[in-house]
Amino acid sequence: MSVPLTLLGLLEREPSHGYDLKRDYDAFFGRGKPLPFGQVYSTLSRLARDGKVVISDVAPGSGPDRKRYIITDVGATEVEQWLTQPVDPEPHLQTVLFAKVVLALMLDRPAAEYLDTQRSAHLRRMRELTEIKRAGSLVDALLADHGLYHLEADLRWIEMTGARLDALRKEVRP
Amino acid sequence: MSVVIEARDVTFAFGQTAALRGASVAVDAGEILAVMGPSGSGKSTLLHCLAGILVPDSGEILFDGVRVDAMTETQRSSLRRDRFGFVFQFGQLVPELTAVENVALPLLLSGVHRKQALPKASAWFARLGLDGLEQRRSGELSGGQAQRVALARGLVAEPQVLFADEPTGALDSLTGEQVMDLLVSAAREQGTTVILVTHEPRIAAYADREVMVRDGRVNAPDRIAS
Repeated sequence: MSVPLTLLGLLEREPSHGYDLKRDYDAFFGRGKPLPFGQVYSTLSRLARDGKVVISDVAPGSGPDRKRYIITDVGATEVEQWLTQPVDPEPHLQTVLFAKVVLALMLDRPAAEYLDTQRSAHLRRMRELTEIKRAGSLVDALLADHGLYHLEADLRWIEMTGARLDALRKEVRP
Repeated sequence: MSVVIEARDVTFAFGQTAALRGASVAVDAGEILAVMGPSGSGKSTLLHCLAGILVPDSGEILFDGVRVDAMTETQRSSLRRDRFGFVFQFGQLVPELTAVENVALPLLLSGVHRKQALPKASAWFARLGLDGLEQRRSGELSGGQAQRVALARGLVAEPQVLFADEPTGALDSLTGEQVMDLLVSAAREQGTTVILVTHEPRIAAYADREVMVRDGRVNAPDRIAS
């Protein structure tokens, strides 16, 4: 999650105070990992330094929360570019799952049992995410779905690997 | 929690081909159990044995402590009609009947008068978001609507156990999840035990627990771990 770009994106909706940005960030993107105030203001300072936001007005009173930030054309262009570019597809070719299976086979340990245990753990997490999805808002459901589809992809790999264990054993233990 | 239905060391063969080779599983009252496994692993055969559709070659099936495998065909037929509900992959609605008549079917077959059965069946339409579709025939329903009608038919007689064999297998992801959401909510409200056969992890994730069927045997990791 790119905090600077996400804050810029939130500012493109409307000029906001740091407090409002933190509140919206935590509500939509924080998911149990709230953004510290310090990081909000240090990020906004850097964005201002780089000409991506400007401070529109400073209300009377004390504290940094009185500043209202507005996105600049430079900032808006950056958000536009970010939103239109695809994220690099990550192939995850060297995952922990992969390493554990290959090592288990090399060491003549019960790789099938490991896969069963991992499948069970994955399904347990999928049950938790399904509960979140059923009980939560549409935004919660969207996020839970993202996790669910990734876990499901792992499970497909686990099934395929389980079906190939004998052949794999011959390859890694010549 | 008490065990409501159980398979003990069940074997079953289709001719020379062994489908179950000593399968054992116990399901608690009110539990939603997902039975998973690759194609041909024996998961549907296990469901059919538990439901009294097939009689095992050896081993025991117990429902409420009573041996289902020792019952006569007539006794098993009554059990399926009065105590069990079913939902299959392709709704298998009766095309000549309207949607509400399809839902009322288990009640009518159990001897409930049409005047009582139809209003009871109609009540399920609002509950499952099917308002206004009562008089449609199966050919006039979308896949998701037909499967919700099938779900209502499976639950209308308030069965103790609902057997669901790939109930979302013919639906797209979103519609399938909507059907599962309704299935789980309705089963929980009624306290119905659900045995759900699926090869899809996302569908199994709606259950309380999963077991894997592989080569005709049941592997229950959660129970072993606990």
